[in-house]
Order: sequence, then C-alpha cells, then structure tokens
Amino acid sequence: MEKISKSAKLYLALVFIVLYAPILYLIFYSFNSGDAMNNFESFTWEHYADVFSDTRLIMILINTVIVALLSALLATIIGVFGSIGIVYMRNKSIRNSILSLNNVLIVSPDVVIGASFLILFTMVGVKLGFASVLMSHIAFSIPIVVLMVLPKLQEMNSSLIDAAADLGATRRDIFTRVIIPFIKPGIFAGFFMALTYSLDDFAVTFFVTGNGFSTLSVEIYSMARTGVTLTINALSGIIFFVTLILVVGYYFISQRGKNPAGMGGRK
Amino acid sequence: MQTKSTKSLYLVPYYAWIALFVIAPIALVTYYSFFDINGHFTIENYKNFFTSVYLTLTISSFWYAFLITLFSLIIAYPTAYWLTKTKHKQLWLLLIIIPSWINLLLKTYAFIGIFGLYGPINAFLNVFGIGGKQILFTDFSFIFVSVYIFIPFMILPIFNALDKLNPSFIDASRDLGASSWATFTKVIFPLTINGVKAGIQAVFIPSLSLFMITRLIAGNKVITLGTAIEQQFLVTQNWGMGSTIAVFLIIFMVIIMIITGQRDKGATSHGKNK
Repeated sequence: MEKISKSAKLYLALVFIVLYAPILYLIFYSFNSGDAMNNFESFTWEHYADVFSDTRLIMILINTVIVALLSALLATIIGVFGSIGIVYMRNKSIRNSILSLNNVLIVSPDVVIGASFLILFTMVGVKLGFASVLMSHIAFSIPIVVLMVLPKLQEMNSSLIDAAADLGATRRDIFTRVIIPFIKPGIFAGFFMALTYSLDDFAVTFFVTGNGFSTLSVEIYSMARTGVTLTINALSGIIFFVTLILVVGYYFISQRGKNPAGMGGRK
Repeated sequence: MQTKSTKSLYLVPYYAWIALFVIAPIALVTYYSFFDINGHFTIENYKNFFTSVYLTLTISSFWYAFLITLFSLIIAYPTAYWLTKTKHKQLWLLLIIIPSWINLLLKTYAFIGIFGLYGPINAFLNVFGIGGKQILFTDFSFIFVSVYIFIPFMILPIFNALDKLNPSFIDASRDLGASSWATFTKVIFPLTINGVKAGIQAVFIPSLSLFMITRLIAGNKVITLGTAIEQQFLVTQNWGMGSTIAVFLIIFMVIIMIITGQRDKGATSHGKNK
C-alpha cells in the first residue's frame, strides 16, 4: 500500500484542527476570569464552581442523563425483541415493509418528527414534559437499535439454535444463553447509539418539551439566544471529558465484545 | 405452535411502536394539513404553499441544502480516502467521531464566539490588515457551521465504502497503465458510490430541515423549510400550515431516497460507531 504524502497528512491535520477548534475554544474560555468569550484575562476555576452551585443547571443535566439512559434502555429492549421477530419472519414482503417502516424515523427530518409527535401527544392527551420527551426519545431510538442488532442476528447460524434445542435447552435457555450472548456486541452498539442520539437531540425535544421540563440542548438554545455566561463553557468542558471517557470505555467494550463473539463461533 | 404465539407476544411493543410512532404521526400530519388555523377543513394550505413566498422558501432551502451537501462531500471524500491509508485508521476514525458526540448546541454556540466581531477570526483578519468583518449572520457562516456539523456523517459512510474496497482493483488498474486520476475516476469513485449516496442522504435531508443553526448563526436571514415548520407550529400556532410544509418535506424526502437509491443496509448509522 502506498504511503500517504505530506500534503495528505497536512490536509488531515487541517480537518482535525477544524473539527476540534470550537470545542477547545469553549474549554479555553471556561478558564477565563473575564465574563465573555474574548480577552482572556486570567486563569480561574470559578466557572466550574458555578456549574456545581447552579442547582437549576444540575437538575437539567440530571434530566438529560435520565432521559438518555432510560430511553436507550427501553429502546434497546423493544428493539432487540423487534429484530428477533423480524429475523424469524417468514413472509418476505411483510418483512420488507416492516423494515421500511422501521427506517422511516431514521431518515425523517427531526423537525417533522418533532412536529408530528407534538400533534400525536396533544391528540392523545399526553402532558408535555418528562413523559412526552421520554417517549419521543424511545421512539426515535428503536429503529437505530434494530439496525444495529439485525445484522448480528442474520450472521448467526441457525444450526446453533438447533444444536442447543437438540441438547435439551428450553426456549428460555436458547434465548438467554445462545441468542443474547451472540448478538451482545450489536446490543451494546445499539444502546450506545441510542444514548448518543438522545443526548444530542435538540429539534425533537424542543417540540415536545412543554414549559416545565428542559434538557441540556433546549436550555443551551434558549440561553444562546439571550446571552450566555461562561458557566456553559465550563459545562461543555466537563461534558467533553465525560464524553471522552465514555468513548474510550465504549471503544474497549466493543474491542472486548469482538473476542467472545468470535470464540462463540468456534465453540 | 406455542413458540409462535409467544414469539409474537414479544413483538407487541415493537408493533405498537410502529403503529403509534411511525404510522400515526404521518397520518396525523397529513390530516392536520387540511385544516386552517381556526379548525375548518380546507385545502387553502396547499394553495398557499404554491404562492411565491413558500416557493421561494423551498427553492432557497434546496439551494442551501445542495451547497452544504456539496461542500461536505468535497471535504469529506479526501479525508475519508486518506484516513483509510493511515496506520491505526480505526483510532483516527474514532477521533473524527468524537466531536460528533459533543452536543450540537454547544458546538454551534462556540461558533457564535469564534465568528463574533471580537472573535479569533476577526482578530486574525485584523492582524493582516484586512480589518474586522461581520462574519456571523451571513450565508458563509451558516454554510460553514452546517458543513462542520454534518461532516462526520459524510466521512463515515465513505470511509466504510473505501475500507471495503478490494485493493487489488487499484493495483490492476495501475498495472493496466491507468493514471492515478483515471484510477480514481474510473475505479475508486464508482466502487464507493454507495458510500457517497449514503453520505448525501445523511446530509441533504437534515439540511433541508435545519432550524436552530439558521436562528443562532444565520440570524434569521436564512429560512429553511425546517425554520418555517418550527415557526408555524411553535410561534404562529398554525398547525395546519406547518403540517402542510411537513407533508411536502416528507414528499421531498421520499424523492431523495428514490434518487439516491437503495442504500447499503443502514450504512449511515452503522458507520457512526465503527
């Protein structure tokens, strides 16, 4: 394979610099003792202390994380059962139409999802707030989970299940000891993707959030329009490092996840 | 068979989800698009959509989405190409993904500072004697920030396509005397077209419906279909007109899906964590 040239390296470096510049810019000014994102005065931890003393902000942060974890968990459960159902579907045309319906929410623009969910919740009479936000996040995460789990299930050799059944495994055993371990990497991937989508979502949440409830994205949006303090910068610093830890953690889990699956195949 | 009935019991939540959150919303949006602001049945909204205001809006929305997609592609393709040539390419790819894990709003907010009148870009321009410029609230800043936001989603499917490419094709093309450019245009690009299509889908459709970047970065000067929907739903409270625009957005979406063809199964979302 050819070596990459100097100019290619330079190009990649440039892309990386641009990708990280805004994040580093935010973090840099989170240490500014001045009160704006220009004129770095002197170093301070003050804004980080502010984050932890701002109970409202902490509550919003907790809300965001709870919605993300809960919606990812529930979406994963529903999605895993859904994909198992799809895989064992005999009728090809029904299966294909289910799959296309599955993908509708992935390709739909966020604004359309948000607006249509707003109509739905209002019609059904769900109060806008935690419940509506949670349900929306579950709803748009399910298809992602299905897309991550399905290939794993299709990879699985059905003789594994036959063998287990021949050896006297109950259906429950087959499910918990054969299917689930085999598709575990897909389940993890789906869960983390759902988590990311939920944490990152703004448009859908913005539509269905109502007055009393807010997630981080919605909060930053309203703050950014009215004027923001450097507390948000400090918060993004914290989020960046938590994300880094999560990504590294995810990387190792997925690396580790590769081995058991491979071994399972050989056993 | 007992197995069968239990199996379908597990599927109940999934089917309920499809009925409630996939089919019902589309049906409701379509239904609402036939009502005016006072709740009377009408096709006025559809007539309205074809007035100059909304047509201009649609055309400009498409134009911006086209530009955003084009620039994303121009930047992403070489990036993905050279990334596949690096050692530890998976690690580098992960580093491309990390910024997309940072909240969208935070990154957008950072650009308000960077492009601001007292921001680093203007300071830089001042040093070179060009003088301060109003960068924020222009088309340039809008497209730049949008491309910035979408670029990982363009890089990933293209990276995956390039990564799957069998290198012996390239060797063969070289052996047969093709120049690097010919190899690229005749071999590499056609074989990775599915990645490109997936990338275009992942960028073009969301670009049509952007609304928070238009508000924060473009200062309401750029209005997209997304902005219009948000406006109708949350500000004007005219759900009928908002739904009508949403119906058109859905139609455009379907058209784009057909044009860009059957994609590699889930290429877009798969890419994200590979």
